[in-house]
Amino acid sequence: MDKQGNKYTFLYASVMVILVAALLAFVSESLKERQNKNVEVAKKIDLLKSVNIASDATNAADLYSKYIGDDAFIVNAQGEKVEGDAFKVDLSKELKKDPAQRSNPLYVCKLPDGTNKYIIPVRGKGLWGPIWGYLSLDEDKNTVYGATFGHKSETPGLGAEIETVLFQQPFTGKQIFDADGRFTSITVTKAGQSAGNVHAVDGISGGTITSKGVQAMLKDCLSGYEKYLKN
Amino acid sequence: MSDIKEPLFSANNLKLITTPLGASNPITIQVLGICSALAVTAKLEPAIVMGISVTMVTVFSNLILSLLRNTIPSRIRIIVQLVIVAALVIIVDQVLKAFAYEVSKQLSVFVGLIITNCIIMGRIEAFALGNKPWPSVLDGIGNGAGYGMILIIVAFFRELFGSGTLTLPALGAIRVIPEKFYAMGYVNNGFIILPPMALIVVGIIIWVQRSRNTNLIES
Repeated sequence: MDKQGNKYTFLYASVMVILVAALLAFVSESLKERQNKNVEVAKKIDLLKSVNIASDATNAADLYSKYIGDDAFIVNAQGEKVEGDAFKVDLSKELKKDPAQRSNPLYVCKLPDGTNKYIIPVRGKGLWGPIWGYLSLDEDKNTVYGATFGHKSETPGLGAEIETVLFQQPFTGKQIFDADGRFTSITVTKAGQSAGNVHAVDGISGGTITSKGVQAMLKDCLSGYEKYLKN
Repeated sequence: MSDIKEPLFSANNLKLITTPLGASNPITIQVLGICSALAVTAKLEPAIVMGISVTMVTVFSNLILSLLRNTIPSRIRIIVQLVIVAALVIIVDQVLKAFAYEVSKQLSVFVGLIITNCIIMGRIEAFALGNKPWPSVLDGIGNGAGYGMILIIVAFFRELFGSGTLTLPALGAIRVIPEKFYAMGYVNNGFIILPPMALIVVGIIIWVQRSRNTNLIES
C-alpha cells in the first residue's frame, strides 16, 4: 500500500487511535479502585486533623472508623437530618445550589475523653483556585475546637500559608455565634487586628484575597448549619 | 550499514547515555524542560518522582516511535508522536495517582504537562525517528536521567536551604539542619522556595559546568 496515500494515512490514524483509547480505558479501569481509595483516605486524614488527631495513609481508615465511623449525616438548611451518605456528598456541587436546597454533611467525632465534636466541611474560592477545609466545633456547637485548611494553587509563602499551623491554630476557641445567639461566623482580619475578638482571627499579610476567601467560605458554608447547631 | 552486530553496550551506545548527563544535558545545555524544573524542585521527593516519570516517558516514547518509524505516514508524523506521548503521560499520571497519591498531589498539573516538555518531542524528532529501537531506548534513558539529575541537584539545594530538610521517597522528611542552629538564630531562606531562585540555581549549575568545560561556551 502507498504509505503516503490518503487511504493508508486514514487507516493508520484510526487504528492507532482505537488501540490507544482501548489501552487507556483499560489502565484507568484497573487503577480506579486504588485511586478512589487514596482520595477517600486523604479526606479521612483531613477530617481527623480538624479534631487534632494526627494520622497518615496507613492508619487513617482505622482511626476514622474508631472515632467517627458511621456517625456522619446530612442536614438541610432547615436544620433537619436527611437521608444520605455524608461522606459521598460533593461539596463543590452542593455550593452551586441555592443555600436553601443544599445537603450539608456533618460528621460527629467521639473523642477518647467522651466528648463529641462536630466537624463541618467547608469549601470556597481563594485567589487562584479552590480552597477547602474542615472546622470542628465543641460540644456546645459554638466554640471552634480545631480547623484545617487546604488549597489547590494559592501563592507559596502568601496565600498558601492557610495550610500552616500558624494560621489554623488561632481558630481554636473562637465562637461562631455571639452572646445573643446570632450567627456571626469568623472574620479573618488584617494581621494583628483580631486580638481580643472572639469572632475573628488574624489573616495573612500579603495573602489578603486568600484570607478574605477563607472568611467568605466560612460564612457561606457555616450558615447552612445555623438552624441545626442552634437546636 | 554494516552487517556486524554491535554489542548492546558498545562505546557508541554508552555515549548515548553519558553525553546527555554532561555535554548535551537537556536542561543546562539545550535549555529544554526549564518550566517544570522550576516548578517541582521545592522539595526533593517530587523532583525524584518527576525525574523518574519523565525518564519513563522518554524511554517508552523513543522505543515505540523508533519501532514504528518506518510505518508512520509523514503527513501525520507529529500527530502520531503526540498521541503516543500523551497516552504515556496519562498512564504515568494514573499510576502515580494510584500508587503515590501524596506526591501526585504535589506534582499536580506538572505530570500532565510532561506532554509539552520539549525534551520528549525533541528526542523523538531528533533521534528516535532516525535510529533503531535499542539506541533510542538508551537515548531516552540518557536524556531522562540528564533531566532528572539537574532536578535533583536543584531540589537538594532548594529544600536544604529553604526548609532545612530533605524529603526522600518512603523515608519522609529528614531534618538535616539541626534544631540547635535555629535556636542560635539560623533562619530558613523563604526566598529559595519561590520559582525565581530555582532559575538562579539552574544558572549557577550552568556557570559551573561551563567554567569546567570551556568547549561548551559559545563564541
